Amino acid sequence: MANAAAQLAKPRSLARRDPAIVQVTLTVLALLSLAVVILLPLLAVFIQAFEKGWSAYLDAIRDPYTRSAIWLSLSTVGVSVPLNLVFGVAAAWAITKFNFIGKHVLVTLIDIPFGVSPVVSGLIYVLVFGAQGWFGEWLGDHDIRIIFAVPGIILATTFVTFPFVARELIPLMQSQGTDEEEAALVLGASGWQMFWRITLPNVKWGLLYGLVLCLARALGEFGAVSVVSGHIRSETNTLPLHVEILYNEYNYSGAFAVATLLSVIAVIALVLKKILEWKTDEEAR
Amino acid sequence: MSIQVEHISKRFGTFVALENVNLRIETGELVALLGPSGGGKTTLLRIIAGLELPDCGAIRLHDEDATSSSVRERHVGFVFQHYALFRHMTVHQNIAFGLEVRSKETRPSKAEINDRVKKLLQLIQLDYVGDRYPSQLSGGQRQRVALARALAVEPKVLLLDEPFGALDAKVRRELRAWLRRLHDELHIASVFVTHDQEEALEVSDRVAILNHGRVEQVGTPSEVRRNPVNEFVRDFLSNEALSIRESSR
Repeated sequence: MANAAAQLAKPRSLARRDPAIVQVTLTVLALLSLAVVILLPLLAVFIQAFEKGWSAYLDAIRDPYTRSAIWLSLSTVGVSVPLNLVFGVAAAWAITKFNFIGKHVLVTLIDIPFGVSPVVSGLIYVLVFGAQGWFGEWLGDHDIRIIFAVPGIILATTFVTFPFVARELIPLMQSQGTDEEEAALVLGASGWQMFWRITLPNVKWGLLYGLVLCLARALGEFGAVSVVSGHIRSETNTLPLHVEILYNEYNYSGAFAVATLLSVIAVIALVLKKILEWKTDEEAR
Repeated sequence: MSIQVEHISKRFGTFVALENVNLRIETGELVALLGPSGGGKTTLLRIIAGLELPDCGAIRLHDEDATSSSVRERHVGFVFQHYALFRHMTVHQNIAFGLEVRSKETRPSKAEINDRVKKLLQLIQLDYVGDRYPSQLSGGQRQRVALARALAVEPKVLLLDEPFGALDAKVRRELRAWLRRLHDELHIASVFVTHDQEEALEVSDRVAILNHGRVEQVGTPSEVRRNPVNEFVRDFLSNEALSIRESSR
């Protein structure tokens, strides 16, 4: 009898203990893989960057080519993020607050950059604007350079980062509905007043969240930009491209020094993203 | 200020929301639009406000054709079913909104706006919630703030969509009596939508009973109760009365 009771009790207590073991194992596994896949490489970037000391690190950052790459990356972000801010808000606004023919087509179009390989997105622009492309001759005649020049880089970056703002705003605006906008109109607000005083403030955290994602991606974009850039140093070399060039020249400490800049930005973006995620949740309520 | 609804029809796709609706509401009158859901009550209210365009027919506000006027030109007060308070603004800012969006020439000074908001907060007996956000209020408080916001622009027409629908029975009864008193003080034309016949018969001067987009009967509460014009009105009033008695038991 006692034996039977013990046998009965055993699986029950095991059942109670099992999840703890599973929990610990899973947590350790998850943390380990995180450490190996993310933390270790991040650490390696910084170790490699400072391998030859602090002054070598500073030299690498102060190098004129690096500085021009930083400048180009920042200007690209400075143009493409505001562009996507306008496009994204306009698209989300149109999709969530109005009914029109072709709405579903627009929603699908917004997602294209997520589905297409960045290299292909770059090639599209080469095909359209390149010397042998559709408009190549006309552009050449008018002395306008898009491919292997800054406009091409901005175009490619804008294309690749297009969905972030719209994708973030659409579900948020959908969940909020149009009641508050209608209330504003009834109270005598004009369309602009409604937009600036009601629509935009209601989604401000979600919008910032989308912008942070957009900015992080725009700074880090490699594939599409690589195709259209032409890798001309101090002219069409962005930070990620510069890392590659330095690495290919066996200048490891230089490459990693520049990479730390991108890593730091990534970490800042991650923290911002977390904070904004939390604020956006509040907004949706 | 009177509201005149003339031959209004409205379809959504193949669904007939309203068909040849005629109704006149005089200044000082409180009229209930009563009927089962899907009967066209809210659509009619939204057409009067200008939030929806009729397929045909006309809306006249104080005997002037307003059919083609935009929402903002109609100067109506509208209380939404779920209040639609501006979530990122305090109660004070919510109530001041209608005054602050006015053009420079017609906008009252900051002090005047503050003054008006304070008076309205006293009117709704909530002068202590001015700095709170809508999410910090109870349902009944939100309802009253929504009403104060609509009244801030001094409309001559007040439209309320299921004003007490989301409230519990006790609060509902209190607010009902309060709305009636308020309406009498303001001397405006008010229309409210409800599917609760007890509410309609108790509060309003006249009741318009809508079903399948048609006005079945218009009359004072005692008229429609004593002389229902058809089967539907009789059934609707008696069934509703029954179900309310059942649920309050």
